[in-house]
Amino acid sequence: MKITQISVFLENRKGRLYDVCSLLGGNGVNIRALTIAETESFGVLRIVVDKSDAAIKLLRDNQFVANFTDVVAIEVPDKPGGLASILKLLSEHDVNIEYMYGFVEKFSDKALLVMRFEDTDFAQQVLAKQQIRVVTEKDIEGL
Amino acid sequence: MIWKENVECAAPADLRELQSGYLKKLIPYIYQNCAVYRQKLDAAGVKPDSVKSIDDIKRLPITTKEDMRDNYPYGLFSTPQDRITEIHVSSGTTGNPTLVGYTKDDVKLWGDVMARAFCCAGAEPGDTIQIAYGYGLFTGGLGAHYGALEMGLRILPTSSGQTARQLKLMQDFKPRIIACTPSYVLYMAEQAKEMGIDPTKGNWKIGVFGAEPWSESMRREIEAAWNMLATDIYGLSEIIGPGVAQECHHKDGLHVFSDVFYPEIVDPKTGREVREGEDGELVITTLTKQGIPLIRYGTRDIVSMTHEKCRCGRTSPRISKIKGRTDDMIVVRGINVFPSQIEHVLVGIEGTQPHYQIIVDRQAHHLDEVEVLVEVEQRFFSDEIKRLNELGKKIKKEIENVLSIGVKVTLVEPKTIARSEGKAKRIVDKRTL
Repeated sequence: MKITQISVFLENRKGRLYDVCSLLGGNGVNIRALTIAETESFGVLRIVVDKSDAAIKLLRDNQFVANFTDVVAIEVPDKPGGLASILKLLSEHDVNIEYMYGFVEKFSDKALLVMRFEDTDFAQQVLAKQQIRVVTEKDIEGL
Repeated sequence: MIWKENVECAAPADLRELQSGYLKKLIPYIYQNCAVYRQKLDAAGVKPDSVKSIDDIKRLPITTKEDMRDNYPYGLFSTPQDRITEIHVSSGTTGNPTLVGYTKDDVKLWGDVMARAFCCAGAEPGDTIQIAYGYGLFTGGLGAHYGALEMGLRILPTSSGQTARQLKLMQDFKPRIIACTPSYVLYMAEQAKEMGIDPTKGNWKIGVFGAEPWSESMRREIEAAWNMLATDIYGLSEIIGPGVAQECHHKDGLHVFSDVFYPEIVDPKTGREVREGEDGELVITTLTKQGIPLIRYGTRDIVSMTHEKCRCGRTSPRISKIKGRTDDMIVVRGINVFPSQIEHVLVGIEGTQPHYQIIVDRQAHHLDEVEVLVEVEQRFFSDEIKRLNELGKKIKKEIENVLSIGVKVTLVEPKTIARSEGKAKRIVDKRTL
């Protein structure tokens, strides 16, 4: 089950991250997971929110460049070697990860990670076969 | 020393007589040999044999950069190709470059005017000159070379770049003259200091600097850094290359070699001559060129002009330093840059009218740098940094291919490039000239 991530183009300028967060917050959109990739002159903000359709409309209406990306959120055992065990499986099945980051909250005692795969569909098949729990959009809305 | 005293110091009436004689021969020559000009002259209602004196020049049609471009490559030639001995090319606004062809006599003329320029700057026969303008399709290097050859200077043809070697050769051969772009000589001063060479004790005593606009404050900086006389040279490849006008040691305007390059200053809007001393577009007629003689070529450079005799004894009219341009061209490190060139590249990559801005800045180390800001559009945005970097690199590479100079490409958010009256400002020139 894929979930939707929103990516936002941000120049390295003072207050731009605040602009995005206050825009979303002011309109009742809650950010569940967040990461920023940065370069010398710009960054890409990646977020998972509870209302992605509303969020992307808000952003675009306010002149931000923002896109949807399919990502997968996975539960990972929250103990030493937990992430490594998942990565081992993925690696053995030639699944390439572009980037990943963590959720703030969790459902259970397990950590929650967002993964962006090179081939999302293939990655999902592998995860399903290995019976790794994948988080749904509904789960996220309920967080 | 004045290289061609008989013309450079001629009485105004004698000079006009000389110019009239040249123009009287030039117009029938062009009319007979160049179909494009024949049409232009016919359209202007000018009968070639009606041109009898230099005053008739005002009746002749203006030639524009577009004429050069539209008739690329051979349309404006007045000479069969087998008589052309040298070809130079500079970047044009779109697509076609600007091409100029020289006959053997044209190259001789070039050597003559450049010899006059070096003398005007203060060179004496027997001096050594280091020519650090680029040799090649760019007219700077070879034009200076021909002049130095004509004058009997000892030439160090170092071309541009390889600064450490430039400085070593300066120390080893002690050339009194340096010819290069003004930004490069300042850059070399910094490099010299880093190498432990004191530039104020450098060997260069006279600089002939051109191919890009520069200011009085930059002159002071160069003169202080190198303890030398820094003079300004003006030229453009369409006319001949360097060697159209040159400052003498009084540094009070550039002497135009007006017996062969007839200058007029016109209002760029009306095409009418402005009053003495007023700013306008410099328009030049090549009175004696054979390969591509040009009638009233609009240089798009804004200058003022005076006919007052100079303290050096020369009577030729003097133009001011370039005060601006009538178009949006900028000159960076001797290369002409047009926003339309960058626009073409972006349209090619993105398939759409892009929003961009060109920022030119002169950095602390004195070399001009070009940054191109490109607004990221929804369609090209990716959550992956590597894809955005690839896009930036692709834009950079293609712009560099077109311009032949290095640029920095920065992706920016939409609507961040300032728009005035709905139209984006395409060029921000931060250089303090």
